[in-house]
Amino acid sequence: MIGIVDYEAGNLRSVETAMKHLGADFFISRNPEELLKADRMIFPGVGEAKSSMEVLERTGLDKAVREFADSGKPMLGICLGCQIFFEHSEERDTECLGIIPGRVKEFSADMGLKVPHMGWNQVRHEGRHPVFEGIKEESSFYFVHSFYPSAPKEFEIGSTEYGIGFTSAASKDNVVATQFHPEKSGEVGLKLITNFINWKI
Amino acid sequence: MLEKRIIICLDVRDGKTTKGVKFKGNVDIGDPVEMAAEYYTQGVDELVFYDITASSEKRGIMIDVVERVAEQIFIPFCVGGGIATTADMRAVLLAGAEKISVNSQAVKNPAIIEEGAGLFGRQCIVLGMDAAADRNMPSGYRVVINGGRTPTELDALEWALRAEKLGAGEIVLNSIDADGTQDGYEINATRMISEAVGIPVVASGGAGTSGHLKDVLTEGKADAALIASMVHFGGYTVGGIKEYLNKENVPVRIL
Repeated sequence: MIGIVDYEAGNLRSVETAMKHLGADFFISRNPEELLKADRMIFPGVGEAKSSMEVLERTGLDKAVREFADSGKPMLGICLGCQIFFEHSEERDTECLGIIPGRVKEFSADMGLKVPHMGWNQVRHEGRHPVFEGIKEESSFYFVHSFYPSAPKEFEIGSTEYGIGFTSAASKDNVVATQFHPEKSGEVGLKLITNFINWKI
Repeated sequence: MLEKRIIICLDVRDGKTTKGVKFKGNVDIGDPVEMAAEYYTQGVDELVFYDITASSEKRGIMIDVVERVAEQIFIPFCVGGGIATTADMRAVLLAGAEKISVNSQAVKNPAIIEEGAGLFGRQCIVLGMDAAADRNMPSGYRVVINGGRTPTELDALEWALRAEKLGAGEIVLNSIDADGTQDGYEINATRMISEAVGIPVVASGGAGTSGHLKDVLTEGKADAALIASMVHFGGYTVGGIKEYLNKENVPVRIL
């Protein structure tokens, strides 16, 4: 059973419909104890880092998510969920969960880029992680974000160019995180979610 | 590299897809859910549904359409038309849309942009803007509302900049002069607004050939191109358009 964390961060609907479509066995919960019983966890999110961390701390979900990461069971963070797995975000100078080494930075306006980075962009993954199995190198995924992760090379499993190169997917042990939205990335994204569901550590 | 998006627009009236020329003479052309699923298979990057239902008592039909679309397609989609309050926005987002487009209602009440961005994030809030060439305006373009019927006192460029400041995450610029003609996009206005704002700009109105898309995505500096008639009436497929753009070195997502 896959537990999807509901921490009031944006719309869970798209993850839910993707899971239903894949016929996955899942539940959505904001109860730390219930979530800790899951075999796998998905930590989605759209929104802002600081207020989301505050919700996590207030509800005790921060401890539950850290404990789940330590349990060795597979865990997937998406978009804001991905960012919160890192140590720190420049978005309102927020201390994050520190599950994966790395920091989250802001796309700078003087790079002449449109922000948010919105749309489809390629992910170079070089087959570095089982979640990319059967997915063509440089396949495009859907992104929408104004801050980007920067992880040390040994934790980076996918990278993307937008003005600069950034970490678009990262992993440490049983935890994997994607800055892009696999649930909104068409068949390629559904394949990645399927790979996560089948991932044996 | 960030790819240029091809977005298909479906005008929905009483739960059916419809299409007119210059906002007039609409004919029903199919079921929006079936059409969305077909375009998803063809590799469209995003969809927009505009609810042009005339009577407010039939608005619930649109929520049902949005829910059924969300169950079948796994790409982003936007819903617009008749959204006047943050409660309307919430209903559409909860039904499964990623983005909400506000147009006439934002002209009447600009605070809706700010409130929506504050509640749901600016990436959710799209400003739809209908513009008509008008040499009496500072930028040369006037904002028109109510489906092109009512001119406003707003200058298109000023309104775009103001909407960005208020929290819009994207602008869909629809040319009233080009809409439904299939004679090509309004390149000048698109480039002017895209160069002035720091958020993505989607060109809309006038697409008739793949070359039109290339022009607006290169010369017109658009981040995405919206199409309707050219695919609805069978002449083109998303795959064919993208193959052309790819050959012309316009970066697009190829399935």
